[in-house]
Amino acid sequence: MNKWKIFSKGFIKENPVFVLLLGLCPTLGVTTSAINGLGMGLATTFVLVMSNIVVSLVKSVIPNKVRIPSFIVIIASFVTIVDLVMKAYVPALHSQLGLFIPLIVVNCLVMGRAEAFASKNSLGDSILDGLGMGLGFAFALTLLGAVREILGSLSIFGIQFAEADGMLVFVLAPGAFLGLAYLIALMRKITDK
Amino acid sequence: MEYIVIIISAVFVNNIVLAQFLGLCPFVGVSSKVKTATGMSGAVLFVMFIATVITWLIQNYILLPFKIEYMQTIAFILVISSLVQMVEIILKKISPSLFQALGVFLPLITTNCAILGVTLLTVQNDFKLLEAVFFAIGHAGGFALALIIFAGIREHLDLINLPKGMRGVPAALVVAGILSLAFMGFAGLV
Repeated sequence: MNKWKIFSKGFIKENPVFVLLLGLCPTLGVTTSAINGLGMGLATTFVLVMSNIVVSLVKSVIPNKVRIPSFIVIIASFVTIVDLVMKAYVPALHSQLGLFIPLIVVNCLVMGRAEAFASKNSLGDSILDGLGMGLGFAFALTLLGAVREILGSLSIFGIQFAEADGMLVFVLAPGAFLGLAYLIALMRKITDK
Repeated sequence: MEYIVIIISAVFVNNIVLAQFLGLCPFVGVSSKVKTATGMSGAVLFVMFIATVITWLIQNYILLPFKIEYMQTIAFILVISSLVQMVEIILKKISPSLFQALGVFLPLITTNCAILGVTLLTVQNDFKLLEAVFFAIGHAGGFALALIIFAGIREHLDLINLPKGMRGVPAALVVAGILSLAFMGFAGLV
């Protein structure tokens, strides 16, 4: 598999949200606006790339039996870093995302890539894989966030474009499920040629 | 009285799956049959109860006195993952029948964000131990209710002829959206 393919597969072909259905909790929980989706996506990308790097570097010294707990500790350390950094520099976004930042630890996407890719491949490939998958995740979250924001509050990235009431239900919980359902169906329609 | 309020609020008003979006992986993953959904709910109830008690003790007797609250995420996830392993071993020894019923679901629980989510929420809300216990039981009950209703609907969903793109997960998510709308009716109850 060439380098470009490793990087680009996360966007459409193996998109973590639309195709692999990993990391659904943050996908639905934080995407009330495009900015929140993007912030969450980039935070996850950082954790994913860093944990892929470390896992790829230490893969030969970790005994097979304790690899899962070791991965969890590596991931949790980077999540704590992200949590503290975001609290210090973007407190508004941090309080919006709330509980979902510490919950990056149990995002199946991060664990899945560490186990399925980084623990078997070279450092360079693992970085590319983490970056591609993370940005694919960020892309999906931003898309869903934008759809919900446009329909729900008639604005995009915080800029109001019409003076009227949106469909409030898209900002509330049910809108997350419905929005994702139709985005997945649309994605299948586009890729299924 | 306040314990009843905590339970009703956790089960209906702030339903962990349909209003707070925690534990969606098992919600979508193991909800194709009512039987597996019941097993998963049992396992979640069991682990959530023990995990909340133990992390509450760790938070209040270790992390807070030593002022190392920033270790919360790491400490809690380690406790939960080792707890799941321990529960598995103990159940196998003392109650093989319960182990048979819950066994396959236990390893899946480590990556269930509902457990870590509830333990973190308990700490954020500054609950006393007994309140925390009711909070955990209420949330596990809410998870069970949502999961079993959802599984019941999905069993029938398989029989319907849907457009190709909507089959499977998208249709299930639409159902979840409608369920979530229904649960919004409980808002303002407490």
